[in-house]
Amino acid sequence: MRKVAIVGIAQTKFERQKPGDAFADLVFDVSRRALDDAGITASELEQTITASQDFYDGRTISNFAVSDASASFMKPESKVAMDGTMALFYAVARIMSGAFHNALVVSHCKMSQGQPNAIYNAVFDPIYQRHLGLDAHCVHAFQARAYMERYGVTPEQCAAVVVKSRHNALKNPVAQEAGLVSVEEVLASPLLADPIHALEASPVSDGACALVLAEARRAEQLTDHPVWITGIASFMDAYYLGERDLAEPTSLLKAAKKAYAMAGIEDPSRQIDVAEISEYYSYQELLWSEGLGLCPRGGAARMLEERATSLTGPMPINPSGGVLSGNPYTVAGLVRVVEAYLQLACRAGEHQVEDARTAVAHGTTGPCGQSHCVVVLSTIS
Amino acid sequence: MSRKVAIVATGQTHHKARRDDVNIVELVHEAVERCLEDAELSIDSIDAVLIGNMEHFEGIYLSDMWCADVSGARGRLGMKITTGGSTGTSLAIAAYYLVASGLFDTALCVGWQKQSEGDTTAGLISATDPIWERASFAGAFGTFAAAAVQFMKEFNVTEEHAAKIAVKNRQNGRRNPYAHLKLDITVEDVLNSRMLAYPIRMLDMCPASEGACALIFACEEKAKKITDKPAWVAAAETRHDSPFIGDVPMFMDLRTLRSASAAAYKKAGIVNPLKELDVIELYEPVSWAEISFLDALWLCERGKIVELIDKGVTSMEGELPVNPSGGVLCTNPIGATAMCRVAEAAIQIRGQGGERQVPGVRTALATGYGGNWWSDVMILKSSL
Repeated sequence: MRKVAIVGIAQTKFERQKPGDAFADLVFDVSRRALDDAGITASELEQTITASQDFYDGRTISNFAVSDASASFMKPESKVAMDGTMALFYAVARIMSGAFHNALVVSHCKMSQGQPNAIYNAVFDPIYQRHLGLDAHCVHAFQARAYMERYGVTPEQCAAVVVKSRHNALKNPVAQEAGLVSVEEVLASPLLADPIHALEASPVSDGACALVLAEARRAEQLTDHPVWITGIASFMDAYYLGERDLAEPTSLLKAAKKAYAMAGIEDPSRQIDVAEISEYYSYQELLWSEGLGLCPRGGAARMLEERATSLTGPMPINPSGGVLSGNPYTVAGLVRVVEAYLQLACRAGEHQVEDARTAVAHGTTGPCGQSHCVVVLSTIS
Repeated sequence: MSRKVAIVATGQTHHKARRDDVNIVELVHEAVERCLEDAELSIDSIDAVLIGNMEHFEGIYLSDMWCADVSGARGRLGMKITTGGSTGTSLAIAAYYLVASGLFDTALCVGWQKQSEGDTTAGLISATDPIWERASFAGAFGTFAAAAVQFMKEFNVTEEHAAKIAVKNRQNGRRNPYAHLKLDITVEDVLNSRMLAYPIRMLDMCPASEGACALIFACEEKAKKITDKPAWVAAAETRHDSPFIGDVPMFMDLRTLRSASAAAYKKAGIVNPLKELDVIELYEPVSWAEISFLDALWLCERGKIVELIDKGVTSMEGELPVNPSGGVLCTNPIGATAMCRVAEAAIQIRGQGGERQVPGVRTALATGYGGNWWSDVMILKSSL
């Protein structure tokens, strides 16, 4: 199989609101900087894959507005209307096919321009479910409760995820929400949907993220330190929440198994050096890290309490601060890949972990992790 | 390209203005089931599923999620791709690349739209820039009317030329059991139909349909087991234009299609497309577009396409039939529309065209049109 590497990245500062920039401005900013970072010109770029949501942009055909900003004028461009990791997946496949040597992957979202709970309600089928008033907070509260009940996870353990994230985010210059908070403060924040408190939900965020991919020969010409995508897989689960066991990350287990097999990883808990996980809610860092095989089922809270997942622990999870520190929907998963790249390329600055050679990045789309994408990255091809 | 990939099955609904008997997921399921039946496969043989529509038209956010159980995405990779009118070809091209990559051996893609459950024009208006262009280019009519006037002046095309296309495609559509509009009309009927926006009349315009269309792509090894008549993908190209309609120098003289088709011919080893192509399925959202988009396919000297059309080259009996399915002028379930073009190209190569079969099709070209004068091109061949 043809090898694909990340050779350039860029992300905006993530903020609660970016009133000064239209979303095309954000896309131009990160596309320009990612191409510069890779050392290729827009004319050398062969294709772009974007990820955005018509609902958040308020634009049907949301890639319409970013074709020049994403360097895809008179070029092949396509839009994946899912988390940015799926756009990465498609770009990797196009390069692996042998038809292209490089690709720009770019994702944007200005959540501040939409009403997240109203938009999320439109995920639910208009016949049976939408009128129940379901939104992101309430369905993820179902999942949080199911998971906590089955594995005896406490509210304090979920809150500790937020404490770690915000602490790590202090060292990440692009993070939106950073600071020293206590478990008590997290649990004292307003209850959004039992058991999820305001500080346990990812905030409304504006921003964009981009990366440049290249096949092996070009990658090695462009940089001495390419970061290879050694495994990638995605699976989708059933739609109706009642048909799923919400306490089990079913499609994530499948995606992780396939991606690890592709990357030749037999024991992720030993072979993965750092993980960037899309936790839109505090409990998700625990549940998804179990789904990714970083610890046994039900063992994530203990791993967190033992500080194994802290920046200096043996299995750092979300040294960037994760989605809880502020990344918009759709962009969040691609940011995880970029952060994993920064760790492996030793470019993470203050939130750099030590001796990272293999990383896993994770993105998810849909209610309660209906679809997951797992990306394994390595300094060795 | 390292891996050969073919379309091994197609499936579509009978397209209509309204399908009150099914909801969205049932509509999608119908096309997926028909496609699997065509391949004599169960969903267990499919490795990846791609799906798309235009979300604002029905107001379903992340519509791939609701469709996961019926599209077959549940339990495998599910990917949603939407690019406006070209969604169907974008999906087909993505399914092709997923198999060509070696990551999957088979992929099913499905495009759909159920326009009666929303307001298409209200949804479409939001495509253009809210500050600079929305007032001028709201919806399809305004943009196409401006484009047609420009084209007519530049290339000496008349309303009669456009009307003849409207008649040809409607007559072709009468032989396609899946077509939405089956109209026995004449050039006079078209010219006497209601003016929508000069020079576009009611019968020049595509309908608003609901329906779904699905395709299965397979690698060489699987394709040969599934069917003895695979439609091999010889080329798949995409070109996108500027985000501002006003920045496109001449709308209907489709520079994206000129560029995409030139690249596709090169990849497919086609030197003289007029001689080497056996059939074209063209995305013509309006009668005028068939004239101008064909002109962009390098079939003749620039601006001379009308001469070929007048000679009957593009009729069912001509040297290079265009839109034997009846085209978009008969059937327009937006998220599926471009995929219907690819499906028809595959049907023609596989000899499944029934009453509308063009004899001896070995090479077929399908196009997708969307966004701001964007183009997709796929070339299929009976052997590679």
